[in-house]
Formats: sequence, C-alpha cells, structure tokens
Amino acid sequence: MRDVAIIGAGMIPFGRRDEDSLMDMLAYASLKALDDAGLGDKSVDAVYVANMGAGILQHQTSIASSLVDRLSLLPAAADVVENGPASGGSAVKNGLLAVASGYYDLVLVVGGEKMREVTGWRATDFVATMTHPQAEYPYGITLPGMGGMFTRLYMEKYGVTREHLLAVSLKNQEMGALNPYAHVEMTLDREGIFDSPHAVVNNPLAADPLHLYDLCPVSDGAAALVLCPLELAKKMAKVPVLIAGFGQATDTHTLQEREDPTDLKAVTLAARQAFEMARLKPGDIDVAELHDAFTILEIAESEHVGFFKKGEGGKAAAAGKTRFGGQIPINVSGGLKARGHPVGATGVAQIVDIVFQLRHELPGNRQVKNARYGLTVNFGGFGNNVTAFVLKRVEP
Amino acid sequence: MPVDLELEAVLRPPQLPMSPYPPKVIVLANGKKMVIRQAVREDVPAILKSVHPCLFIERDYYDIVSARLYGELLAWYRYRVKSEYCLLGQVDGYLVGVVNGRLENEKVGMSYHTLAIDRGLRIGSHLFAAKMEYHMDYLGQEEVLIVAESPIGFRRWMIEYPLEMTTIPHELGGGDSYRLTRAIYLKAKPRLVVGDRPVPQNLLDEAEAEIKFADDDTIRERIAGLKGR
Repeated sequence: MRDVAIIGAGMIPFGRRDEDSLMDMLAYASLKALDDAGLGDKSVDAVYVANMGAGILQHQTSIASSLVDRLSLLPAAADVVENGPASGGSAVKNGLLAVASGYYDLVLVVGGEKMREVTGWRATDFVATMTHPQAEYPYGITLPGMGGMFTRLYMEKYGVTREHLLAVSLKNQEMGALNPYAHVEMTLDREGIFDSPHAVVNNPLAADPLHLYDLCPVSDGAAALVLCPLELAKKMAKVPVLIAGFGQATDTHTLQEREDPTDLKAVTLAARQAFEMARLKPGDIDVAELHDAFTILEIAESEHVGFFKKGEGGKAAAAGKTRFGGQIPINVSGGLKARGHPVGATGVAQIVDIVFQLRHELPGNRQVKNARYGLTVNFGGFGNNVTAFVLKRVEP
Repeated sequence: MPVDLELEAVLRPPQLPMSPYPPKVIVLANGKKMVIRQAVREDVPAILKSVHPCLFIERDYYDIVSARLYGELLAWYRYRVKSEYCLLGQVDGYLVGVVNGRLENEKVGMSYHTLAIDRGLRIGSHLFAAKMEYHMDYLGQEEVLIVAESPIGFRRWMIEYPLEMTTIPHELGGGDSYRLTRAIYLKAKPRLVVGDRPVPQNLLDEAEAEIKFADDDTIRERIAGLKGR
C-alpha cells in the first residue's frame, strides 16, 4: 500500500446559496481544490462525490457522472458515495484506498449538499430518513430529537450541564465569526442566550434540553480535496498533508438496541483505528475537527476519541481547554455549529480545514501554532457509522 | 404639494384614540441592546429610506413585505389610513426592524407587516411580539387579525404562538387570516414577549435622537447575505 497525501484543498462559503445549484457548488469547490493542487494539464483518474440527498432534495441522481462532464474531467471514473452525514468521510476513504492500492494516482474527492432549497421542516425530515424505517422514523423521531435524548442521558450519567454546552456554543461561534467560509459568522453573547430572561426568545428550546444555539444550522455548501501518492505530492508546490491514519466503524441502527446509548462505540473504534494506523496517540494531536451537529456531540466525541476521560469533556470545554490556544483546540473552524452542516460536504470540509491548519495557511487568530497533527471525526446517523482521519504535515 | 383642506377633511379617516406604546429594551443573542419604541409620524421619511432597498430583494418575500409596508407607512404619513401605528427596533440608533398595524375598532386589531432589516437575531420575533403586546396590554384589544406572506412569517406567528385560523377576511387579502385572541396571547406571552422597562435614558435618547440607517448595500447584505446566503 502506498502512502497517500492531500495536495489540493478547496471550499466555498457555506450558508444559504439560493443562486447556486448543487452542481454549481460541487464544481466551484472542485475547481478550487484542483487549482490549489496545481495539477496544470494533468487530469484526475477518478472522482468521488459525497452527497446524501440529491435524489430527495433536488430530484437528481448520478451526480458524479454529471460533475465530471461539467468539469471536463472525462473519462475519469466517477462515483457517488452516500453514507448519511458521514458521506464526506466515506468518500475520502474511497479516494484513499484507490490511491493507496496503486489503482489510481490522482483522485478528486468532493462533498456537497444543497439543503436550503426546501423549508427547515422538510430538511429535518430529509435528515431523519437515516433513522430506522420501522422502529424510529414512523414515530416522528428527528435527529435533534435524538440529540436531545442523548444529551439528557449524558447529563444524568456524566454530569454535563447547560454551562458546558454553552461553552461549546460560544467558542464555536466565536471561531466561526473569524472564518470566511462559515455559515453563521456571528459571535454570541452569554447574557443574550443564557443569563438574560430575554434568552427565552433568543435561544428557545429546540429539543429539550438542547436550545437553538446548541444545534448546527441547515446549510448549503461544498468542499473538495485532491489526493495522490505521497511521493508525487513531495514534488508539488504545496506542503503535502499525509493521511496518516484512517478508521471507520459502525454501531446498531437504533439507539435503543445499544447497551449504553451514551457509549459512542463507533467513535471510539474509528478513532482508535486511525491512531493505530498513524502510530500516534490522542495526546499527539495539535488540532481537531469533531462533528458537533449538537454541542453535546463535541463534548462526547472529545471523550470517546481519548482527549479527555469520560465525564471530563464538558468540564474541559468550560475550562477553555478546547479553545483556540487551549490544550487541544477543537473546531477552530467554528465546527458544524458555525461553519454549517451541508451533510454531504461536512466530512470533506473538516479535512479541508485541517489541511489549512497543517499547511500553516490561516491567519494568526485561527492558526494553531506549529500544528503538525490533526484529527477529524465525521459522525453518521446517530453514531452508527463513523469515520476518523489522522492527518500529518509533511515537512518540506 | 397643494392641499385642499376642505376636501382633505373628507379624505382623512377618523382616528381612534390610542394609548402610547411604552418603549422597552431587549438584549439580543449577540449581546447588543435593541430599543423598541413607537415611531411618530415625522419618523416616516427616515424609516422609508431603510425600507426602500428591501423593495428589490426577492428572498423570503422581502419585496412584497417591504413594498406593502412602504405604502402603509406612506398612507399613515399622508393621513390616508385609520388608526395606524408603527414600532421601531433600533440598535445603537440604527434601524434594524419595523412593525406596523392598525385598529379596526376598539376591540379588533389588524396586523400589517413585520420587516427585520438585520437578520439572524430573532429581531422579527421580538418586534412582532411587541406588536401583539401593544394590541393586548396597552390598547386593550380582544383580538388581532393576522396573515403571513412568507413561510418564515407563517412559522413565527401561526405556528409558534400558535394562532387560531379564521375565515374572517384580512384587508391585506391573501389566504385565510389567523387570529390572536387574548387567551392565546396570555398563554404565549411568557415564552415570546420579553423586554425591560424603563429603557435606560441614554439608550432612549440615542434611539430618539436620530434614526440611523445603513447604506443600501449593507442592508441588502444583511438580508440577502454577502456571499449569496
């Protein structure tokens, strides 16, 4: 197996992009990654497109075939990868395996979703199609609903408080306000969303005990990466970023079948595989992008990947240990919470953000100093399909 | 413009007596303080300057809402509407939102429009709630008739309160009107109507001194997004 590196990364601003079709967004992000890679006349051998809902939301299928034609990348091989909100991570995995095996040399991975084409209710219903079709969906479950129940259990078992959730929310919005790609470029104020009696309107309950600002927004967006063998990457202009470790694991479809619903086994296993492959430990990581669709998930994942002991993640967030400049900066991009969560794009966007960090390209107020190792966790379903990547800066 | 005072007396509708809306201040999610106060007729030209750029924004039906609001405020300014009022939301003196309505009679109010010029801070929700508060708590009305022209409005008013559907025609036309009754209002009030009184004098002075308004491009960007968001 060959070592695989990322030589191109690109993203378009997430948010509500009424004027752009899904295909426009995928194309824009792809072109940015291809330009970033500096391939010149070279074309890619294969394209993997991460997307969850074009068939439902846009009534459009076979979007990978459409994209290669749009980008004049014919006759590159092209596939769509659908794995719910972990589609991005799965698509990068496919690209990684294709290059590592020696079958392809240059692979474009692009993830995108256009969710603001429908009302918030329909978008929530679309996301809920990943729940169990007999045991969950017919009873009206939604992902925020699951997040609320998970939070309640986590609070009871581990003593997580609303203060802990608030710390994540404020932190990620603060960082998102600095990120030009973020959907919600707005800082939040503790008084306005928590202390003041006016917070009852500003930050209403969404899924008890989660409030509005505990949830990620519904977003449009796309992000892309170009992968190639490490040896080829070393000849390119940009600092290569090695995919040093990868892991993926699954868990039961329904939450009620889990022995302990607060135990995100797939996160633990995926992260462990990624660390083992990279021969690194959680303590080696300089910066992480975790899947904070809900604030509780950032806390829970920070424990399950091994940054903190169980029950310590919330306290660590409140103590500022996960802030920019803290012990382990998490979601310096603003995370899903502020950057947004176009489901098919997220897993790719997380890696794009870590690539920017490891190439030391970000402005000083977001660049983790001397960052060498990064971690991403892309969380599908409600933890029933999780991918994790450990990325490493390759010194020139 | 020449005015025939004799004819003007015929054209001007009679006005019902209206108690003033006492100003209040709300802390927004970003920590900024929004003063909500009642506009006076002389404020209308300044308000229209902020409403004007919204006329050309299709997103979320801003064009319809702002065009109608523009006409309603002009009608109030020129004495062509019965018992209209307008409430303003201001942050640092800048106009961030406008709501208006009128009295159909002593007991029934007619909600007109809600225009949030800055977005993402639930300014529209706060202003709409202030409008309902005015009708119920200060004008002593029994019900307010309401229609929505945008899906956001429908979600915020009809579903969040929730309002009661009626077959009573609303003067804005459109779909069936909904009704806020006193019972619905009192039930919704604890979770939807907030604000502190009295407003600190410095904040009130700043709001009343001048209605500041952002330039057209800034207003468009706040509503439609700089990056097409």
